[in-house]
Amino acid sequence: MLEVKNLRGGYSGREVLHGVSLEARAGEITAILGPNGCGKSTLLKSLCGIVPAASGQVLLDGQDLLALPQKQIAQKAAYLAQSRQVPDITVGRLVLHGRFPYLSYPRRYREEDRRIARDVMEELDILDLAETPLPRLSGGQQQKAYIAMALAQDTDVILLDEPTTYLDVSYQLQFLRQARELSGSGKHVLMVVHDLSHALETADRAVLMRDGTVAIQGTPEEEYASGALEDVFGVRVVRVQAGGQWHYFTMEK
Amino acid sequence: MRRLRKNKRIGYLYAAAVGMLLLSAVTGILLGAAGFTAAELMRALGPLGADSPEAMILRYARLPRVAAGLLCGAALSVSGVVIQGVLANRLASPSVIGVNAGAGLAVTLCSALGVVGGWRLSLAAFLGAFAAVMAVSLGAKKWGASRGTVILMGVAMNSLLGAFSDAVTILSPDISIMRSDFRIGDFSAATYTKLVPAAVVILTALLVLLTLANELDVLALGDDSARGLGLNTGAARTLFLLLAAALAGAAVSVAGLLSFVGLLVPHAVRRIATGEARHLIPLSALFGAGFVTLCDTLSRVILAPYELPVGIIMAFLGAPFFLFILIKGKGGHGRA
Repeated sequence: MLEVKNLRGGYSGREVLHGVSLEARAGEITAILGPNGCGKSTLLKSLCGIVPAASGQVLLDGQDLLALPQKQIAQKAAYLAQSRQVPDITVGRLVLHGRFPYLSYPRRYREEDRRIARDVMEELDILDLAETPLPRLSGGQQQKAYIAMALAQDTDVILLDEPTTYLDVSYQLQFLRQARELSGSGKHVLMVVHDLSHALETADRAVLMRDGTVAIQGTPEEEYASGALEDVFGVRVVRVQAGGQWHYFTMEK
Repeated sequence: MRRLRKNKRIGYLYAAAVGMLLLSAVTGILLGAAGFTAAELMRALGPLGADSPEAMILRYARLPRVAAGLLCGAALSVSGVVIQGVLANRLASPSVIGVNAGAGLAVTLCSALGVVGGWRLSLAAFLGAFAAVMAVSLGAKKWGASRGTVILMGVAMNSLLGAFSDAVTILSPDISIMRSDFRIGDFSAATYTKLVPAAVVILTALLVLLTLANELDVLALGDDSARGLGLNTGAARTLFLLLAAALAGAAVSVAGLLSFVGLLVPHAVRRIATGEARHLIPLSALFGAGFVTLCDTLSRVILAPYELPVGIIMAFLGAPFFLFILIKGKGGHGRA
């Protein structure tokens, strides 16, 4: 269980999060929703100490993550940034760097680290790309490589900032399936998602943010029923059932 | 299979780099205004030849000069690798963003004050280089400058520091004689008093950097990703820039403002080998050392008994090669 209690923080002097409290459970996908600028990305970065929190707690099974040094946080929570560099290193090397938090100076990767990196690449079906430099890959493959790096970090919590943004639709769906598999393996998966229908259809729980606070949190059905989505986004949300599942659509009011 | 091929390729590149370095060292010692044969060399090295003219030339001209070429070539190339990694900007290099100019101003000031060698000169060069690199790096961070803007800040830094250097040179006529060699980059003034402190600094910085290859890779992933992997990015960035400044400063204190090598060698190695720091750092050091030393030997023999500053030869050889790899390079994915 990941409990965030009254988290405040932001960037040098400008508070973006005004007391955020939420819960995310192991084995579940928690979608973080909200309009642009409401603090979703800042929230993800604050959860793992990338942006320092001014006050509040992030409790993972009762232990306050923010009280730990950055290196130990990185052993408990992996973070996948929205905009990423494309350095000229191979996929295998990138994934291996996921083991970085586990080493001390002078950091030399161990056989165990190489095995974990290999297993993760196999799992994501990119083992054949291990020797390919990142710049030669498509956006979708680069995304997979970065996800593999986050998985190699072997953490209980995975924080994903708009993981589907630059992907083709087939990769988007593939990614959402992988996210479900991740949560299925007992991890806390928290992701910022722009696409409301993807979020509501994939997530077990959703946290709706407005102006640096949490407007409502609950299951997608609860959020839909409350009408808060329509309020916060200023759109109409409708749902239809097809293939035994609810599908959500948005349209102008 | 692919892994084997790639490892083999990297292995060949290491062999080529070491070969080039040895070749450059041997030709650098044998060739020059006074030509040596191998036999003369052996005699000069023997116990009877210790005071022969050949031995003198060897000890006080050729050896320090070759050592200076090797050290400065390695230092500037690796400094380029580090600066490019830390700024996540492949257009950067010690001469482009004003690091060399900072060291150059410090060295010019030192010569105006009569300090022409020793630890004080090395320290001043390092401080000048470090001040320049920190100014650009902190400015870039504070104002969230784009990659292009960082380069422009470096250009501005270059002209500013260059103007100070010029002013000092004009106001103290004693040092103006050596200025043009200093500005182009030249090893003819390499003496042991300059070389020994520079060598200690360069070799130490290189050894430390070889242990920090993974950190440099992770830093190049961008600040958020690097911090997400548990790296203290602020401390790492400062440490890397400190080492880059130490390398560039030491090189400038010996050879003057050698430009281009810090841009050319890292790019060439990226293109033909890899951008992974664990290979990029050692390969750039080896190729940089060999390239600069070969250029210096050429600069001594091409118009013998006259000498050209090595910077001129480096530009003549380096620029076409650089253009060639930019256009023809690995797969041609030309990204800045």
